[in-house]
Amino acid sequence: MAVVVTSTLVKSRALAGAPLRATQDPRWVRWLLIGIALGFLAFFLLLPLAAVFGEALRRGLGAYFAAVGDADALASVKLTLIAALISVPANVVFGVAAAWCIAKYSFRGKSLLTTLIDLPFAVSPVISGLIYVLVFGAQGWLGPWLIEHDVKIIFAVPGIVLATTFVTFPFVARELIPLMQAQGSEEEYAAITLGANGWQTFWRVTLPNIKWGLLYGVILCNARAMGEFGAVSVVSGHIRGETNTMPLHVEILYNEYNFVGAFAVASLLALLALVTLVLKSVVEWRHAQAHAA
Amino acid sequence: MSLLRKQHSVLPGFGLSLGFTLAYLGLIVLVPLSAAFLKTAGMSWADFVAAVASPRVMAAYRLSFFASLAAASVNAFFGLIVAWVLVRYAFPGKRILDALVDLPFALPTAVAGIALTAIYAKNGWLGQWLEPQGVKIAFTEIGVFVALTFIGLPFVVRTLQPVLEELQPELEEAAASLGANRWQTIARVLLPELFPALLTGFALSFARALGEYGSVVFISGNMPMRTEIVPLLIITKLEQYDYRGATAIAVVMLTASFGLLLLINLIQKWSRRHHRV
Repeated sequence: MAVVVTSTLVKSRALAGAPLRATQDPRWVRWLLIGIALGFLAFFLLLPLAAVFGEALRRGLGAYFAAVGDADALASVKLTLIAALISVPANVVFGVAAAWCIAKYSFRGKSLLTTLIDLPFAVSPVISGLIYVLVFGAQGWLGPWLIEHDVKIIFAVPGIVLATTFVTFPFVARELIPLMQAQGSEEEYAAITLGANGWQTFWRVTLPNIKWGLLYGVILCNARAMGEFGAVSVVSGHIRGETNTMPLHVEILYNEYNFVGAFAVASLLALLALVTLVLKSVVEWRHAQAHAA
Repeated sequence: MSLLRKQHSVLPGFGLSLGFTLAYLGLIVLVPLSAAFLKTAGMSWADFVAAVASPRVMAAYRLSFFASLAAASVNAFFGLIVAWVLVRYAFPGKRILDALVDLPFALPTAVAGIALTAIYAKNGWLGQWLEPQGVKIAFTEIGVFVALTFIGLPFVVRTLQPVLEELQPELEEAAASLGANRWQTIARVLLPELFPALLTGFALSFARALGEYGSVVFISGNMPMRTEIVPLLIITKLEQYDYRGATAIAVVMLTASFGLLLLINLIQKWSRRHHRV
């Protein structure tokens, strides 16, 4: 009896169209949810992105390129590149060292160490800048000594580099730690047994294994380093052409009602963000492929 | 160093890598962070309370808290739908959309801030239509909420996606074959499975919103008692060379953020145990 009921049910479904599986939603639900998701993302993501480029090009291409080629704008690009070129490699070396000791050995306090590495993500950008002012500022711990020896850190380039390093601190480490933990140490043991020394093992065995994860961390770290605003804003003196990074230059131009200039520099940062997203997707794809192979 | 070592490993480099990790962590993160707490420890209790509980600061706490809460809730609701759609349905442009979800992570906050202001200001892309209707967004609390929703958007989607992908279809099929309809399956089977991830995403989005600065300052208008967020107050105090006041507020915020971090870790630990059973 039951068999008969089921078969008629299947037949009527088949007549009505595609069979509906338990994990499938009716077509109207699917389209409604896709519509809501697309609407939400278009409203909150695409519209702001379009606004950046639309406002930057409002007075035409000539005004756009004049704003991008302005001497102070170029100086801000240069400083942003310098800050990223120092802080990203520093955090790469740290990330590799941290992942090596956390993934390859067991020791007491390991989970505490892992939590502490994530700490900068929980700190407001403004506070990330403030703490360096408390250490290196004129009123800070090292302030009198620094003034005596004529070393400027706060309101100068070293402060910007330090604050950038703080906010991008966890990116590489948190990509590498789970990756290296999942990979285990068998290949390294084999290399050591076959007579390789520690550095040879690292360069020839570990590094090729973690290259996609490392690259992924570098991409994210770099995007944040070049785009950081709050932390850098606190330690920079906002001196045009000297201590202005690109995001700070955007703010200055905007507050002077130079909207085309502000959005032109902002559009460069938005392009950087889009390139970051593309690279990130490519790396994710290659990593998945390497994993499947 | 050897005290820390629990088991011997043939791999070299333990001392070097751990030593470097601890030194770098200490110099870049722990020592500067402790400076904030030590600076505040030097204040008298009355001074501390006066700095962190004045009416203007209280108004900023209230705004930061409720705007972040509203933004995280909106992100939890829509993030669930976005994650569901991205994992379960096929439609053209899905991969681009998936990549685009990370835009708030990649786009510098200052850029997001001026872009949102250009959209919602009185003569802006949407503002010019909304303001005549009496809907003001830029330079009000709603503007703060919009900016915080933008920067918190990826968290819920990205914490839910892997959980949804690993969810076995057998669960839903079993529920359906036992006579549950689709809504019952979703409410009684799927949502309880997704809940820890949803809560984690909500908490991450909330924590990020509390500390956010760059995207908010342009759209909020920064009116004392009305649209001033807590990080902005810290900047304001710093500009007046009131380092103690700024640090005291920072310590309150740091305590709140570390509490949230702890809570998020607990949720994740709880959900892992929940999954193993």
